[in-house]
Amino acid sequence: MNVGLEHYLVVSALLFALGLLGVITRRNLIVMYMSLELMLNSANLALVSFSRFNDNLNGQVMVFFIITVAAAEVAVGLALIVALYRKRQSAHVEDLTSMKL
Amino acid sequence: MKLEALPWILLFLPLCAAGIITLFTLRSQKLSAGLSIGAIVSGFVLAIALIKSGGWEAREFSLNWLSIGNLNVDFGLRLDALSLMMLLIVTGVGSVIHIYSYGYMHEDEGFSRFFACLSLFTFSMLGIVLANNFLQLFIFWELVGVSSYLLIGFWFDKASAADASKKAFLTNRIGDFGFMLGILTVFAVVGSLNFAVIQEQFKANPALMGGSATLAGLLIFCGAMGKSAQFPLHVWLPDAMEGPTPVSALIHAATMVAAGVYMLCRVVFLFTPEALTVISWIGGFTALLAALIAVQQNDIKRILAYSTLSQLGYMVMAVGLGGAGAAMFHLTTHAFFKALLFLGAGSVIHAMHHEQDIWKMGALRKKMPVTFWTFLVGTLALCGVPPFSGFYSKDAILAQAWHAHNYPLFVIAVSVAVLTAFYMFRLFFVVWVGDVRSAEAGHAHESPGVMIWPLRALVVLALFGGVLGINEIFAAQFSAAEHAEASEHGLTLLQRIAEPFTNAPVAAGIGIIATLIGFLTARGLYATAKSDPLTSKLGWMSRAMANRFYFDEIYEATVIRIHDLAGTISNWIDSWIIEGLCIGVVRGGTDLTGRALRLVQTGNLQTYAFLFVLGVAVVLWLTLGK
Repeated sequence: MNVGLEHYLVVSALLFALGLLGVITRRNLIVMYMSLELMLNSANLALVSFSRFNDNLNGQVMVFFIITVAAAEVAVGLALIVALYRKRQSAHVEDLTSMKL
Repeated sequence: MKLEALPWILLFLPLCAAGIITLFTLRSQKLSAGLSIGAIVSGFVLAIALIKSGGWEAREFSLNWLSIGNLNVDFGLRLDALSLMMLLIVTGVGSVIHIYSYGYMHEDEGFSRFFACLSLFTFSMLGIVLANNFLQLFIFWELVGVSSYLLIGFWFDKASAADASKKAFLTNRIGDFGFMLGILTVFAVVGSLNFAVIQEQFKANPALMGGSATLAGLLIFCGAMGKSAQFPLHVWLPDAMEGPTPVSALIHAATMVAAGVYMLCRVVFLFTPEALTVISWIGGFTALLAALIAVQQNDIKRILAYSTLSQLGYMVMAVGLGGAGAAMFHLTTHAFFKALLFLGAGSVIHAMHHEQDIWKMGALRKKMPVTFWTFLVGTLALCGVPPFSGFYSKDAILAQAWHAHNYPLFVIAVSVAVLTAFYMFRLFFVVWVGDVRSAEAGHAHESPGVMIWPLRALVVLALFGGVLGINEIFAAQFSAAEHAEASEHGLTLLQRIAEPFTNAPVAAGIGIIATLIGFLTARGLYATAKSDPLTSKLGWMSRAMANRFYFDEIYEATVIRIHDLAGTISNWIDSWIIEGLCIGVVRGGTDLTGRALRLVQTGNLQTYAFLFVLGVAVVLWLTLGK
């Protein structure tokens, strides 16, 4: 079987959908955050495959940058979640509805 | 300094005085009075300087004020014989009254406020006199209404004064409404508000206004009807006596009520013969009505108020008969002697500790000799006894009626002359002669010099005002309308004195006889009366006169009742239809929508995320799916 661009894109789309499902259905903030990362990486995968099939390495370089920035972002996001947990003794979204009027 | 600045300074000095008094010098009574008196006296001096420098020729100083499309409104000052003479009257008589007020009001708490209001009033009045276009005239016209409201209601803690000021203001507003419509009608046809331009256009084409000419004239007359208190809008003037006496003298002798007549004379070229007929009859009717009412009044100021009404009726009648010059002449002399009478009455009231009922006075002749003599001169002038000023001006009006061959109005004018002499001598005998009727009358004393000297100054004018040639100055102004008098320039003093007899001997003779009849009747009835003998003799008639022919009651039952009804209905519409339906629906709708939208804001992160994705999906479907 010859693996083409379509296969990569389907995998990427599946990963994106799985991540989205996780974000919408899971209650735990940490898990939601992991799902978000999954969505981000599915986009990375799509970018890499486009780059590969277009014979242009710029896309791959860009993905490295994205991964680096995402690492920093994860640090910040996790720190926020930890801080929130310390304040509220909970990391469940149901307990975090104080924005409601 | 350039000469053009003089009229502007003259106009704005009193306003500056009023502003400075209100803002800075309310605490210092002397300073406030000084500013106010200074402003008007310098106005008088400036007016004389203007006449000395430029004579009586017509000239205009104007600045462009508004320019919208075709509408060009100037803020301009017009100087001609009419306005210059009126300037002299307003500032001259006004100065005397200002000085008098310094004595009359000295114990009052609102002393400084009083002078501020007086100055504001003077400013508005000068604005009317100097205005060169309808819009400016109307603005100052309204300002006079406002400042008269302030002055009549000066003692606002007294309910009657507060009511009187409201009544004066509202009655004037009714007239002003018609006035405004009249101005708009003229503007719609002529396309200009400037008096000189309108007059030019009328000269070029007398049938300019076509069918609406009479209507426009009568609407403009409505304004004069309000300000000059003509029937049926005369009811405010007697009530306005609630103000301090100097205010009565200022408003009801020299200025505010004169504004109506002055305005009529200013635009006299606008009126068609039909409009003039209506004007003359309303004037004549007012004169007779007010004179009849005055016969049975017991309040010294109210008698003078009705007398003012009656004399204003004379002037309006004269305008209607085509004698604008005679009207202005009578206005001038009336300003002199009526101010004198009001100030004399003020002196009496001052001496009587604010007692105004003439039947509580009596024999004041010996207690207050100066006031007595000055009051006598005022009375004689008002009654039209030669050679006092009133004789000449009143004769000019009688002669006008005679020459116009309008005999019904001539008869009315003569009967008013009889009644005038009657009620004035009734007042005179009861107040000054007879017995002392109360303790206050026994303790009365002459007023201080600051109140006496203004009286003396006015006596001179009331005595000689008729032979100074004032009528010739006015005749020159209206020479186009009154070709008869155009040739009479430069009469000698003797000719002036004899002028009524050479001009219309019948009218003069009948006028003198009328005065004599009035005087003799009054002397017979009141020379030694203890109480009013007419009350029992005339029966219901006397009660009707004393109750002012029930005009207030009639208005109360009709106009005010209808007005209240309309007010109630409007209030109902406002609170239920406007407030309830229109505003209520909008408010309720907004409220409901807000509540519904609030449900969307759950605060749940995942709901937001889901809706966000849904939104993105919809956008994608819309952009890519098609």
